Amino acid sequence: MSRDHTILTPKVLEKISHLREHFPVEALTIPLLHAIQDEHGYVSREAISESAAHLGLPLAKVLKVATFYTIFNQEPKGKLHLQVCTNIACWLNGANDLVAHLEQRLGIKAGETTTDGKFSLSRVECLAACGTAPAMQVNDTYVENLSKAKLDDLIDKWSKSECCGICDGDGDGGGEEEKA
Amino acid sequence: MKKVFTEAAANSKDYQALTEVLTHKTPEAVITEVKKSNLRGRGGAGFPTGVKWSFMPNNEVAPVKYLVCNADEGEPGTFKDRFIINQMPHKLIEGMIISGYAIGAKVGYIYIRGEFRKEAEFLQTAINKAYSDGWLGKNILGKNFTFDLFLYRGAGAYICGEETALLNSLEGKRGEPRLKPPYPAQVGAFSKPSCVNNVETLANIPWIMLHGGEAFAKLGTEKSGGTRLYSMSGHLQHPGIYEFSPTLTLREAIQEAGGVRGGKKLKAVIPGGASAPMLRADEIDVCIDFDSLASVGSMAGSGGIIVMDETTCIVEAALVLLKFYAHESCGQCSQCREGSPWLSRIFQRIENGQGKLADLELIEDLCKNMAMQTICAFSDAVTGPALSSIHKFKEEFIQHIESGACPLKNHQAKRV
Ligand SMILES: Cc1cc2nc3c(=O)[nH]c(=O)nc-3n(C[C@H](O)[C@H](O)[C@H](O)COP(=O)(O)O)c2cc1C
Ligand code: FES
Repeated sequence: MSRDHTILTPKVLEKISHLREHFPVEALTIPLLHAIQDEHGYVSREAISESAAHLGLPLAKVLKVATFYTIFNQEPKGKLHLQVCTNIACWLNGANDLVAHLEQRLGIKAGETTTDGKFSLSRVECLAACGTAPAMQVNDTYVENLSKAKLDDLIDKWSKSECCGICDGDGDGGGEEEKA
Repeated sequence: MKKVFTEAAANSKDYQALTEVLTHKTPEAVITEVKKSNLRGRGGAGFPTGVKWSFMPNNEVAPVKYLVCNADEGEPGTFKDRFIINQMPHKLIEGMIISGYAIGAKVGYIYIRGEFRKEAEFLQTAINKAYSDGWLGKNILGKNFTFDLFLYRGAGAYICGEETALLNSLEGKRGEPRLKPPYPAQVGAFSKPSCVNNVETLANIPWIMLHGGEAFAKLGTEKSGGTRLYSMSGHLQHPGIYEFSPTLTLREAIQEAGGVRGGKKLKAVIPGGASAPMLRADEIDVCIDFDSLASVGSMAGSGGIIVMDETTCIVEAALVLLKFYAHESCGQCSQCREGSPWLSRIFQRIENGQGKLADLELIEDLCKNMAMQTICAFSDAVTGPALSSIHKFKEEFIQHIESGACPLKNHQAKRV
């Protein structure tokens, strides 16, 4: 039980409490995994085991789900997870060049995290921001109409700031809006 | 051009249509009106909405039924549902309450893609407001009608846009499509009869209720009522969301969005989201409705119009999409699980200049074994870009193969 307090904290469980009376228990799996990732940044194997135990579901069921959905990080990510869309509309607007530019600036390849744990870089599929392509998602926030200059400004700003710089401090990314 | 949908959203009072419906219309009358409107599903398949609703079993046979809104919006090139959620959340909520009333559902779910975090928060705030204003919950407007609405976040899987994969995901399972029959109208969410409709489909319902099915039908073509939101992207001067009548041609739509950017020539258009077969620049004098685009071998799909200029390498464009499909196949059916990455590898070697002419036949053969052979239509979708690119731009493939390199590499239009 003691482990429950480090992964399935009261804050995590509180996030799904409003769903309990309306959904069968299996349907709480995805909301619970979301809540875990919000709090801890990723969904570890241990978190999967604890979720299964908490929900009273077989481990295999929760494991199957956690590994199916790309949003659930199976390893820790950097404080800022730059997820650049390289699908068709963004690709037509130079997304591959942006990824190359970011790889060079951050000194990592797509799929990696900087050694200081500040940045992770990923290529992702269409974000439904094709009209404002190229687009990326940084943690939970969309940043659109990207250009190398815009990325440089953002990286400069983020590198300097103590905190991740994009959220409002509570880690849920609910701060700064970058919508075009 | 009439922009009834976006204008009404800006000018009309929310929940006026709901009030009208609950005071003057029976559920049957709502369905009749929607049938008259010729509204067809905006999620991609274009199925007549009123007909789909009439498949739902009646209240005596099925006292518990669900309405499910598909807000998974993952089809590359499509971003109109996000626009609706951000700009007119109450039109969607109102449309869902009316639709729930029509089909006898007391509960609705909105399945929203996981990436739409801000949208989900915004929509939840709107739902909370609708509850506090008395539009949701028990005995709405003092009538014997109750409707509850729950938001459920997906977690990054394109396949969850397929309606039965969505239902599995909503139940907390992997997003794997279900074998049909049974159809969702018999066995849907949590084993109850369910009706799945797209965001835009549902957001059109309030207008139809206020102005009548006939007025809506008149805005479109003979078989497809209403205007539609088109997501315009790619090499356009002014990409974005446009409300068009489907009687417009693809050429006119592109002109409305400012034409091709930077004075470049048009090369190809994908007219209905990634799965829609591409069209050449000389094939765009076709109306953008479901039937016209189907008649030229493509589809109106999700209304995502992706424009590519003369600098675009078609082999690589198709490759980008095939890599996407290879990544997103759920893996249940072997044709799709193995075929999608295989196609992607073939296109990759052609793009790299290492393809053979026999590869073109192999692509045809593979696609024949993928289309209409699987549990869901994902596999068919994969063949859209694969076949249309090799059919319509064959010379370009041959050029890659014979010269041993991509002739357009480093010539592609750069904006950044
Ligand atoms: C692979 C695949 C992906 C789909 N993605 C979506 C989607 O993101 N949004 C959507 O509304 N419909 C999507 N659909 C269509 C749905 O299965 C379904 O037809 C639609 O939600 C029904 O609503 P409508 O009748 O209002 O269009 C997809 C279908 C397939 C085969
Ligand atoms: S293609 Fe990048 S957001 Fe759609």
